[in-house]
Amino acid sequence: MAETPGQVFIKDVWNDNPVFRQVLGICSSLAVTNLLMNTLFMCGGVIFTLIMSNFTISLLRNYIPKRIRMIVQVLIIASYVMVVDIVIKAFNPDIYRFIGPYVGLIITNCIIMGRAEAFASRNTPVISMVDGAASGVGYSLILIAIALVREPMGFGTLAGVVLPAREIWWHQWTIMVMPPGAFFMLGIITWFARSRTESSGGRA
Amino acid sequence: MDTLVTNTPLFTMFLIFISAAFTDNILLARFLGMCSILGVSNRMDTSFGLGAAVVFVTAVTSMINYVVYNYILVPLGLEYLKLITFIIIIAATVQLIEMVIERVSETLYYSLGIFLPLITVNCAILGVSLFMLNKPYNFIDTAIYGTGGGVGWFIAIMIIGGIREKMDESKLPPGLAGPAITLIIIGIIALAFTGFSGMIKI
Repeated sequence: MAETPGQVFIKDVWNDNPVFRQVLGICSSLAVTNLLMNTLFMCGGVIFTLIMSNFTISLLRNYIPKRIRMIVQVLIIASYVMVVDIVIKAFNPDIYRFIGPYVGLIITNCIIMGRAEAFASRNTPVISMVDGAASGVGYSLILIAIALVREPMGFGTLAGVVLPAREIWWHQWTIMVMPPGAFFMLGIITWFARSRTESSGGRA
Repeated sequence: MDTLVTNTPLFTMFLIFISAAFTDNILLARFLGMCSILGVSNRMDTSFGLGAAVVFVTAVTSMINYVVYNYILVPLGLEYLKLITFIIIIAATVQLIEMVIERVSETLYYSLGIFLPLITVNCAILGVSLFMLNKPYNFIDTAIYGTGGGVGWFIAIMIIGGIREKMDESKLPPGLAGPAITLIIIGIIALAFTGFSGMIKI
């Protein structure tokens, strides 16, 4: 693979976007997107875990025996998730109360295992970090897009700030902050993004 | 509700089961196990196999994790190791179950066995173990909660599998086919399931 870091980045953010193209890591993308702040913390956690686990796995790729590589990868990922878990708990206990279990679930977020298996286990450390960062950014973009719709429509606020429309004419759509709203939003975004990439010839 | 009935332990267990399976459905209200749903739910029979495997593994691992967390990690003050411990226990349990099934029943192994490796990275399993920590449950409650969570996931994947099988023939716009329409279907089912919420408060 002789791709420049820039190509890898673009490919992971848009053409091979983990959420709407490869359909990975959906679980957590839905649960935390009803408030923008929760989403940002979650995205930070995922990007950090992706970069660090890709880096570590890539460094160790020649030393991990093939047969047990899955369990080794899970352990490496789990140790970084533990760091994220402790850091969020220490710095922002309020947000941790909402997203706590979902932070733990970053371990089973398919994006991270997927990137470790598909990229980090056969590339050099530096480019693996780029790949991790790009996949994380691609994931975060979708999450933030969903949160930007769900929070204003559901609560009439944005990152906790009350929007003027809430006082004047907007009736909150409670459905948007409940689970169905998340499924609808992600479905619509996937539909939109897929029809865009498909018409421009980016067929996977 | 009648306090005489609601106070009996058996009724509490029933409530925990119903709330885990319906009002707090692990897929439709907690969003867990989506990856396998999108990948596998296009046919009823595979949905059934994976669903059954998840019910079984969730029930077993939630019990083991409860014991390990409360009797090993908490006394030693090692709560922060819970993520690593849980994931190892889940992986080991799945491996063990796979070996046992392979020996005991050939037919069961062929219908269920291929789904077991998928389960290790299914977030529903780890999710049930993590959510259980937030609830004041004892061992028996946990076992029921784990089973209920698995059953809820099973119901959801069966519904989605059935709808997708029927939809196979329909013509869809290119971008909508596949995951997008599945997500919208799940949204509609989740909408129906929110009708259950508020029914039970524990």
